This record gives sequence, structure tokens and C-alpha cells, in this order.
Amino acid sequence: MGIPAIEVKDLCKTYRLGEVNVEALRDVTLTIDRAEFIAVMGASGSGKSTLMNILGCLDRPTSGTYRLDGDDVGTLPRDALAGIRRKKVGFVFQGFNLLSRMTALENVELPMIYESVASSVRRERAREALRAVGILDREHHLPSQMSGGQQQRVAIARAIVNTPSLLLADEPTGNLDTATSVEIMRTFQGLADERGITLVLVTHETDIAQYSKRIVRFRDGRIIADHPVGAP
Amino acid sequence: MNLYAASKVAYRSLRANKMRSILTMLGMIIGVAAVIAMVAIGAGANERISAQIASIGSNLILILPGSTTSGGLRSGFGGVPTLTMGDAKAIGKELPAVGLSTPSVRNTAQVVYGNQNWSTIIQGVSPEFFQIREWMLTGGRYFSGGDVDAAAKVAVVGQTVADNLFGEESPVGKVLRIKRVPFTVVGILERKGQSPQGQDQDDTVIIPVTTAQKKLFGSAHIGTVGTILVQAVDGPSVKEAEKQTTDLLRQRHRIGPGQEPDFSVRNLSEMLAVAEASTRIMSLLLGAIASVSLLVGGIGIMNIMLVSVTERTREIGIRMAVGAREKDILLQFLIEALVLAVTGGAIGILVGVGGSSLISLFAGWSTLISPGAIFLAFGFSAAVGIFFGFYPARKASRLDPIEALRYE
Repeated sequence: MGIPAIEVKDLCKTYRLGEVNVEALRDVTLTIDRAEFIAVMGASGSGKSTLMNILGCLDRPTSGTYRLDGDDVGTLPRDALAGIRRKKVGFVFQGFNLLSRMTALENVELPMIYESVASSVRRERAREALRAVGILDREHHLPSQMSGGQQQRVAIARAIVNTPSLLLADEPTGNLDTATSVEIMRTFQGLADERGITLVLVTHETDIAQYSKRIVRFRDGRIIADHPVGAP
Repeated sequence: MNLYAASKVAYRSLRANKMRSILTMLGMIIGVAAVIAMVAIGAGANERISAQIASIGSNLILILPGSTTSGGLRSGFGGVPTLTMGDAKAIGKELPAVGLSTPSVRNTAQVVYGNQNWSTIIQGVSPEFFQIREWMLTGGRYFSGGDVDAAAKVAVVGQTVADNLFGEESPVGKVLRIKRVPFTVVGILERKGQSPQGQDQDDTVIIPVTTAQKKLFGSAHIGTVGTILVQAVDGPSVKEAEKQTTDLLRQRHRIGPGQEPDFSVRNLSEMLAVAEASTRIMSLLLGAIASVSLLVGGIGIMNIMLVSVTERTREIGIRMAVGAREKDILLQFLIEALVLAVTGGAIGILVGVGGSSLISLFAGWSTLISPGAIFLAFGFSAAVGIFFGFYPARKASRLDPIEALRYE
């Protein structure tokens, strides 16, 4: 299989909350292969969001190493992390996080603006991404003119438009009804299968986690279980 | 992110908050307009003074007779006629730093033409007078050196006199009477307007100095003149000309070292330079006061940018999550501030230019808008935008993406 997509070793993250130190992650070691679809589960405060932020290069670990595609990215400076987010990571959030004043197409173009892609290429690639998630017919709509499911598709298109190797989804169905959730999860499955994108899904819903191939459970900043889907 | 993309983003977000953007710009508009108008007023005043100085003539020295002390009684300057035609000629011919000089005899007299009469200032001078004062003709000719030698009864009249005595008629060739002595008008001078002291310089009749002495005013002291007007060869030579003139006159009047001279030398250019300097200080002061409002406008921009950064914390977080670097965010907010300041500045220039023309129209003050002032105001507003936009932009770029994404 070669180099794994994600290689996390003895990862610790400690926050200072006022006078108290909060240990959000304690010695987490985890390896995720390329094109793997993994669900991270746990109650709120279990450390799964912190892991997500570190995997997404939004945050740096207090100690331990994080290798993304074989490169140690845990200690990079802010701007280098921004570069990794731009080129290798796509985010999908629970609250969609689209820019409300921009149309669907413009939202998808956003990561490419920071990559200084020419505007004609940008447009073409953004439309491709919208087509891939089946929402091209809404390209000129503002987020406020779309349903939650449609907005989440736009957000997914934005996350994949720079052809990242890692897609992180933080409770992507948390604000959606069941039918829409199913559609969104199918979309994710398709992306993992067809594009070979490594997919890390954070959720606390067992049904949603079933769409993945492997489940990692967190409690109090530690991994308490790691098993393929279907196993207990 | 390139500059064009950043400008587009900035423009959109400013448009999204139209009212707020306009009000913020208003601060800049008022500031820039005030600076432009104030500088225009100052420059206008300055230009008027300069024009008046030019109307007097440049690099001038005035020699006045007196004061003398006789038996403990001191007469004021000009009290005793001590300057002579000989002095005037010697100054003009012998001194290297002096370009031109003319004696001058002044007196007020009634001038009559037909059934009109007018009281005006009669000046007896030599033809160099016209050159020194840089006084052009609108018709006819100047009188010549020959006219002076012959004490010819010819006159050159100022516009005010021409208007009052001749009305619509052309004065050239007409005969007017000064104290019953007939003079032929040979030329009309162009209008000079007010002197820096507020006198009408055109209210005068100019005749050869010899004619004035012999045929008009007479004098207890034959061959004396009222004043001597001297022009230095150029600006830097004025001081030297002053010194040379003083030395020459002391020698001619046989005044030993340590003795009080019976004449005084005044540097007119210097006096006028003082007047010019004081208006310059005034215009500087006006500009400085107006700049304060520009500063206040800048603080307005900073204020609104800080609000904007807070409001858009989540947007900043999203942009960071998709890969915006610190400098991308910095650039975006900096350009937003810059667009506010520069747009405000551009409108302010229009308002300032319009305002100063209104001021000169209604208040009658002369205003002068220089391209330099416009460039300066524009550049200054851009600088204000960058200066006051930098802190909020930096604050935005330093946000923690996780915190920013979590911000409600």
C-alpha cells in the first residue's frame, strides 16, 4: 500500500482554559490508508473535533507527530499549514459554512482564488465539482436560496475542487433530515470509491457511521475502539 | 490571491454594507474636501499678494530724503529735500549692482479736460520708471529721454484717470490741463489695480520729472527730487545694490562715518517678502487644521474596519479553512480600507474643488487649486487608508482559524 495517507503517533493536545489545562488528546496513535473511509465517533468533549482540527492542519499538536502523505506537518508554521489546507485538505462542516453573499459557483471557486488559478480555469473546475455532486443547476443561487442538503453539496464541491487527498467531514449531516443525510452519505461514498480520496468523518450518529468502512471511537481524548464496520 | 481578486472581494463587501460604507467615506470626503478648499484659499491669498508684489516691480529699493536735524528739531523722512537729480543719475550709472533708477517727484493736483476735472497724483519720473514698474501701455507711447531733457509737456495717464476724464474717448493726442498747464497725452497705461497698501495705482498721471520740477510744482530747492526708485540687476543683488547706493550717497552728500545720513534706503522687496511669508504661514495653518479632519476620517475608517472584522470573523475562518494565508486576509481587509479611503478621497477632491469655486463665487475670495494639492490630498487619503486599515487587517489575519470558525 506504500505510505499511508495519515500517520499519527503519540499525539497530545493540551488547551489552557483559564487556570485549567484541558487534555483534549492523550497519546493518540492512528494510521489511515489512502482512499480509506473512516468514521470517528465519540461524545462531545471526547477529543474527536480536536483530532479533526489537527488532521485538517487548522491546529498543531502539543506533542507527537503527524505525517500527511509521509510529510511531517505537525510543526509547520501557519502559512505552510494554510498551503497544505489549500492543496491537500478539504473541509465539510456541520453548518455548511458557505459565504452567504456569494453564489454556489463563487463559493466553490474560493479555494482556487487563494491558489491563484486563472479565472476561466477556475470557473471550469468549479462547475465540474458542482456537477460531480449533482448540483450544477444551482450554480448561480445564493446559499440562502438553497435547502440544507443543496448547501451541503455545494460545500462538498468546494472541498473537493482543489483535488485534495484528504477530505474531513465534521458532522456533515447534523443539520439535515434523514433522507437528505442518506443522499449526502452516498455522495461521500462515491467520492471515496471513485476519486481515491481519504475520507475522515466525524459523527456521533451510529447510522451515519455505517456508511464508512472503519470506525474509531474516542472517549476522554483516547481511542477506545478501532474496528471495521460490521464488527461489534 | 492577486490584487484584482482582492479588490473585487473588497468592493463586494463594501457594497453589501452600503450605508455604512458611505458614512465612513463621508469622514474622508469632508477631510479631503476641507484640505483642498483650505489650501486653495491659502494659495489664492498667496497668489494675490504675489501679483501685487509683481505689480510694484521686482527687486526694488526706495530712497527717501531726510531726516535732518537742524537746531535740535528733527524732521521726519522726506521732510527736507536732500536728494538731487545728480544723485539719481549717479546711482543709475555708477553702481554695478543697480540696473535702473528713476527720480520721482509726487504731488496731488487737479487735472482738467473739457468740462471734466479730477484730483489725482502727478508723478514726475524718467522713462526708466515704466521699465522698473513693468508697466505696459494699452495705447500710445511712453515719453522719452528727449522729452525729459526738453521738459516737454507730455503725459502718460493711468486707467482711472482716463476713465474719469475722457470716458469713452481715446485720451491719446488730447490736451489736458494740470494746474492750468496744458499737457498732451501721449500714452495710456494698462490697469495695475491695487497696491499692497490698498491704493489705486491707476489713479495717476505720469509726466517727465523735469517738467514737473520746472513747469508744475516748482521748488525752493532747484534740482531736488522727492524719492529715487532703484532696481537691482537681479534678486540676489538687492542687498548689494542697497549697500552700494548707501555708500554712494554718503559719499556724495559728504557724510562721514558715524554721522547720521540725510537719506534712508528701504528695501521694498524685503517688506513685501514679509507679507508673502505671513500669508504662507496662514495657508499652512489652514491646511494643518483641515488635516485634523482627515485624521478623524481615518479613525472612522479604522473603527468601521474593526467592526467589520469582528462581524466577519466566521467568514475569515472559512477563508482560512480553504487555504487563505495570513497575507491574503491582510490584503483583503487592507484593500477594503484603502478603497474606502481612496473613494472618499476622490469624492472629497471633487467636493473640495467645487466648494472652493463656490467660495470664490460667493465670498469673493480668490482661490487657487493646484494639481500638487490634489495629488497630495489623494496620496494622503491613500496613506490614511493604509495606516488606519493596517491594524484591523492585521487583527483579522492573526485570527485563529478554529476560533474564527466557531464564532457565532
